[in-house]
Amino acid sequence: MDFSKLLEGNTWGILLKGLWVTLEVAVVAIILSFLIGIVLGILRYSKIPVLSQLATLYIEIVRNIPLLVIIFFAFNTLLDKFDSLVVIVIFGMTVFTSALIAEIVRSGLNSIPIGQIEAARAQGMSYVQTLIHIILPQALKRMIPPLVGQFVTLIKDTSLAAAITLPELLHEAKLIYSNPSYVNATIPILLLVALIYFVVNYSLSLLSRQLEKRLAG
Amino acid sequence: MKLKKWAIMALSIVTAVSLAACSSDKGASTDAKGVGFKEKIEKRGKFIAGVKFDSNLFGFKDPADQTVKGFEVDLMKEFTKRTFGDVNMLELKEVTSKTREKMLTSGEIDVIAATMTITPKRKETADFSRVYFLAGQALLVKKGSPIKDVKDLNGKQVGTAKGAVSGKNLKAINKDAVVKEYSNYAEAFQALRGGIIDAVTTDDGILAGMAKQDPNYEVVGNRFSKEPYGVAVDKKNKDLLEAMNKFLDDTIKDGTYNQLYKKWFGQDAPKDLPRDAVLELQPGVDG
Amino acid sequence: MNWDFGFIQEYRTEFIDGFFLTLKVSLTALILSLIIGTIIAIFRISSNKALRAFGTSYVEFFRNTPLMVQVFFFYFGLASIGYKLTDFWIGVLGLSIYTAAFIAEIIRAGIQTVPHGQTEAARASGLSFLQTMFHVVLPQAFKLVVPPMCNQFINLVKNSSILSVIAAQDILYVGEQAISEYDPFSVELFVAALYLIITIPLSQGVNLLERRWAKQGTR
Repeated sequence: MDFSKLLEGNTWGILLKGLWVTLEVAVVAIILSFLIGIVLGILRYSKIPVLSQLATLYIEIVRNIPLLVIIFFAFNTLLDKFDSLVVIVIFGMTVFTSALIAEIVRSGLNSIPIGQIEAARAQGMSYVQTLIHIILPQALKRMIPPLVGQFVTLIKDTSLAAAITLPELLHEAKLIYSNPSYVNATIPILLLVALIYFVVNYSLSLLSRQLEKRLAG
Repeated sequence: MKLKKWAIMALSIVTAVSLAACSSDKGASTDAKGVGFKEKIEKRGKFIAGVKFDSNLFGFKDPADQTVKGFEVDLMKEFTKRTFGDVNMLELKEVTSKTREKMLTSGEIDVIAATMTITPKRKETADFSRVYFLAGQALLVKKGSPIKDVKDLNGKQVGTAKGAVSGKNLKAINKDAVVKEYSNYAEAFQALRGGIIDAVTTDDGILAGMAKQDPNYEVVGNRFSKEPYGVAVDKKNKDLLEAMNKFLDDTIKDGTYNQLYKKWFGQDAPKDLPRDAVLELQPGVDG
Repeated sequence: MNWDFGFIQEYRTEFIDGFFLTLKVSLTALILSLIIGTIIAIFRISSNKALRAFGTSYVEFFRNTPLMVQVFFFYFGLASIGYKLTDFWIGVLGLSIYTAAFIAEIIRAGIQTVPHGQTEAARASGLSFLQTMFHVVLPQAFKLVVPPMCNQFINLVKNSSILSVIAAQDILYVGEQAISEYDPFSVELFVAALYLIITIPLSQGVNLLERRWAKQGTR
């Protein structure tokens, strides 16, 4: 084992560049997933015939397939249409994560007491008005912690895209230790990579807990 | 309401991303007939070559200065310099045996120069330049290993990369060998170093690069395939193929090729490099 | 689109083997992660400060780093210093250690919902800490944690696809082999379907269980 390699060359620079790609992909994917997930979650919650069932079908199928399969699926069948690795990965992650967020949204919506909804309707609010003014604002508040959790999961899952050479953190690390003079540094480099993921994700978790406390208070 | 602001911001990001995705899509797929590749690439300002980032000697990323180096990288640099007059127009993108054909046909890259063997099957999806390297499949083992040839591989675990034909070709000679396919050769080599597998099999050029990384390993066995490497070009770009062929012929003639060969492999280039060749495997295996 | 399912015939035995490898890895990892997870959960609520710190660090570290990095660490990392394990056990080890962090949290939450009075009563009637755990707290807690536990098992099955990256011949690995010769869309669809055969019944089962328990009002 050779820890000195961690200080040599541009190991840190390369890894930080990889981290940047990881964060970029995760941020864009979480925003897209959030928007699609909200729509899907509301549809499933709404009990509108056909649309509700379609949303349920999408959610149940997608969240029961491994993300790695979805990423390979997108890579092998859609690269011609998107012609960019980054877009492919964001696409695959959004397809997957939007289904998980839809479930977060649904349970957020379900947590609003029926009484409130009935009261709003009794006051003459339409279904959509009730949804936008009464249900969603409260549900969104409750959804923040699980959404941050989902974001942490996304950051971790971006490492799966190393398998199709997206230059994210883990992939860049692999390129370093597959080099002639760095093979003995495999363990130190992997430890460093784990530590970087940990620092980023743990800070996010702490932030989420703080937020949770403030929202509850 | 704060929420609204966020929603608007998120929405605008989505629009921006999807617009960017669409526009880049158009840029690559509008193949106005009659516009040569040269104008197209000069307009784009970039010639994009798919090379390996993890194959010592051919294409590998050097952590010391973050650049990609190797024999194939140098060839692509020389091609860019001679064709477009500016080596900085070259952009290198990483490919693996698994990803390279998809990357080429989708327009992600203009050419593949990544230890890619010319096979009849691959010729159906892409055009190949003249041969620029002749390799043969061999085995890499730990020095002192009882494995000296393919026939010693009964029940042994042999690593190679996904998307390569090496596994099938090996099975044709010795069906009792256990083939394990990794994402790339570097990972197969890591597995060998860890003793998880007993040998790595692929072209001797790649194996020589690994043996150079770690002197505890050596290339053994008779070459049991003939693997001519060519630069792959999308079938739409016939003029790019022509230019690549002319470039390779020129560099071989004027000695640049030999110079680069010597720089990376420490010996003179073979004089009898064939111009056209395709993969020759064991009987019954189709590439 | 050119549908082409000819690959199923050619790769039939490989797909069957792959399917059972996925199942075998997931089940083995489930058992192991239940064991590790229970121990870590007990650490987390124990009165010993050091054990508690260890339990917390374990959960936070493994939850916040990617499974892929952990598996690479075991595979290439341990390999590079001479520890040799088969890819099956590396997969099981990586999956178990990772999943145990989540299972520990589920068990902890389950245990903490068991009223404190019960624990005290059990201790007062002469049961040791471990006896209290095994005879009073855990049986009740396990019932509360069954649905999230099933979800963890679904995650395990999905996460086991990571084995294909270290060349263990699971469902995804076989699919990736077939793709080099057959229509990618058909192959990927089939691969996804094989995973769904395992995961959909599980997730439907969880839904059913949750709905039934919600109706009974056992919570």
